[in-house]
Amino acid sequence: MGALKHIINLVSAPQVSFLVAAIAFFFVFPPTAGFERWNRRLRLNLLWTVRGGILLHALVIGGFFLSTLDPNFRAIVAKPDNVPIALLLFGTLFFLWYAMKQAVDNDQRLASDQKPNEYTDPSEPKILVWPDLVYIELIAAVLCMAALIFWSIALEAPLEQPANPTLSPNPAKAPWYFLGLQEMLVYFDPWLAGVVFPVLIIFGLMALPYIDTAPEGSGYYSYSRRKLFISLFLFGWLLLWVYLIIVGAFMRGPNWNFFGPYEEWDIHKVVPLTNINFSALVWVKLLNRPLPDNIIVREIFGIVLLGIHFLVVPPLLGVTVLKKFYSRMGNVKYAVFMFLSMAALTLPIKMFLRWTINLKYLVAIPGWFNL
Amino acid sequence: MTEDKQAGFWARFFGSTIWRSIFRVGIPRDRRARLMQVLSNFFLHLHPVSLPKHAVKLKYTWCMGGLSFFLFVVLTFTGVLLMFYYRPTIEYAYNDVVDLRETTPMGIMREIHRWSAHLMVIAVWFHMFRVFMTGSYKAPREFNWCVGVVLLTFTMLLSFTGYLLPWDQLAIWAITVGSNMAAATPFVGQEGPGVALLSIGNVGLIGRTSDARFLLLGDTSIGAGALLRFYVFHCVFFPLIAVVFMAIHFWRVRKDGGVSGPM
Repeated sequence: MGALKHIINLVSAPQVSFLVAAIAFFFVFPPTAGFERWNRRLRLNLLWTVRGGILLHALVIGGFFLSTLDPNFRAIVAKPDNVPIALLLFGTLFFLWYAMKQAVDNDQRLASDQKPNEYTDPSEPKILVWPDLVYIELIAAVLCMAALIFWSIALEAPLEQPANPTLSPNPAKAPWYFLGLQEMLVYFDPWLAGVVFPVLIIFGLMALPYIDTAPEGSGYYSYSRRKLFISLFLFGWLLLWVYLIIVGAFMRGPNWNFFGPYEEWDIHKVVPLTNINFSALVWVKLLNRPLPDNIIVREIFGIVLLGIHFLVVPPLLGVTVLKKFYSRMGNVKYAVFMFLSMAALTLPIKMFLRWTINLKYLVAIPGWFNL
Repeated sequence: MTEDKQAGFWARFFGSTIWRSIFRVGIPRDRRARLMQVLSNFFLHLHPVSLPKHAVKLKYTWCMGGLSFFLFVVLTFTGVLLMFYYRPTIEYAYNDVVDLRETTPMGIMREIHRWSAHLMVIAVWFHMFRVFMTGSYKAPREFNWCVGVVLLTFTMLLSFTGYLLPWDQLAIWAITVGSNMAAATPFVGQEGPGVALLSIGNVGLIGRTSDARFLLLGDTSIGAGALLRFYVFHCVFFPLIAVVFMAIHFWRVRKDGGVSGPM
C-alpha cells in the first residue's frame, strides 16, 4: 500500500501527470482523422459506452473514496472550501462522459444517414410548456433547494480566525475557481497569468462562434464532424483549467511546493531553485560568452523563438498541415484562431521547458516583458 | 345565488372577481387554456407556449442554465437576509458573521449562500460546456454565447467579491492573491510592464496610490476601503449588471429560435 501511494505521489507531479495527460488527450479526443483512426484502433471510443462509463466512474470515485483513508489526503480534501472541487471533479467526469456518449451515438446515426437523436419531426405535435416544462423546472428547483439545505445543515461554511494582515498563511490560496490562474503563476509573471490570460480566455470564448462558423453540428451532441474545435476546447477546459485547479487545490502546499496527494505538507520541504533565463542558457552555457550589455542583443534568441512561435508557425501550418482548414477559414479568422491557439499553447510549452531545462524566462526584459 | 352555494368554496374562490383579475385563465384543463396560461403570465412568458420534444429533456439540457438562474435567485434571497445582519466594517464584519451562525434564527443562511455560490459557479461552467458540446453557439446564437461569456465572468466576479466579506484569514489572503494580480496589469498596474510609459517628465502617473489595485481596494493593501468596495460591488453593482445581461440572455434565447435543436 505504501509503495503504491509513493508511486501515485510521484506520478501526480505535473512533470509526469500533465505530460501523460496531454499526450493521451489527443488519442482520447482526436482532433484529426489520423488521431481518430488511432482512437478506434486503441478502442478508446469504448469509454463512451455505458460499460466504459461505469468503469471510468468506478475508477475515479472508488479511487477518491479509497484515498480518503489516507490522513494526508483527507486533511486536504475535507477542508470545507475544497468540497466544491470534489463536486467539480465528479461533475466534470460525469457530464463529459454523458456528452461524449450522446455525441458518439449521434455520430453513428449520422454515419448511417439517420437524423440525430434530438431530431423531432416537424409534423409531430409540440410539447406544451404548461405543464410539461414548468413541472420539470419545479422538480429541479425543489431538488436543488433540498440538496442545498441538506448540504448547509451537514457542513458549516468555512470561517477561520479573524483577518490579520500581519499573519500570512502558507500557502495563501486564491478562491478555488481562480486556482488555475494562480497555478500559472508558477510558470508566468503575474501580468500574464493574472491579466493577459484571463482576458484572452474571455475574448477567446467570445470569438469562438465567429471562428467556428461551420453550420453542421448545431443543436445536437456530435463529435466526429466537429472534432478539431471540440478537441481544442476540451484541451483548454480539462487540462488548462480543471486540471490546474485540482493541482492548485490539492497538491500545492507551503511555499507553493508540489506535494503528492498522500504526502504530508511539510513546511520545510526544500526544492532547489535552479531556474535560468534563456539568454544565460544560450550566451553563457552554449556559446561560452558573457551576457551582452545591450538588452535586445542579450534577449535576441528568445525574441526570435517567440516570433517564430507566433508569426512563422501559423502561416507555415496554413500552407502545409492545415491547408484545407486555412482556405476554408480565410485570413482573418485563421489569424485570430491561430493567435489564440498559439497563446494557449505557450502554457504547456513553458511548463515543459521549465521541467526539462529549468527555463525561467524565454525573454527577460525587466519592467517590460518577462515571458 | 343558489348556484354559487352549490359550487363550493374553491370554485367560488377561483371564480371571484379578484382572482380572475390576477389570473385571467382559470385552472387550465384543455389545450387552449394551457397555451393561454403561459401567454398571460409575466413569469412564464419567458417561455414559448410549446417546445419540440427534445428541448425539455434533461438528457439534452441537463437543466444547467435553469439551475444557474435558480441559484442566482436563491443567492439574491439569502443575500438580502444576510445584509440585515452584516455590517461591512472592520470592527463588525467578522463578529457579525459569527453571530449569523450562532445567534440568529435559521442560522444556516450563510451556509446556503456560500454553497449556492460555489454551486452556481460550477453550474454556469457546466451550462457552458453543454452549450458548447451541442454546438448551440453556432448561428444564429453567436451573440447570445457572448452574452453568456459575460455572465460567466460576472458569476466569478460576484463570487470573488463575496469571498472577502467574512473578513477572516481565508478571505483576506485569497483576495490578496487575487488583487495582487491587478497590480500587475500592463500600463495601469504599479508592478505591471510598461507602467513607466505613463509619466510626465520624471513624474509617474501610476503609483502605489493610483493604480488598478488601488482602484479595486481603495487602498494600497486590503483594509476598510476594500471591504466597503467589495461589499458594494457584491451586493449592488455586479448583481445589477448581471441581471441586465441575464435579461438579454433569456430574451435572446427566445428571439434566436428557442432551445437549439437539429434542423
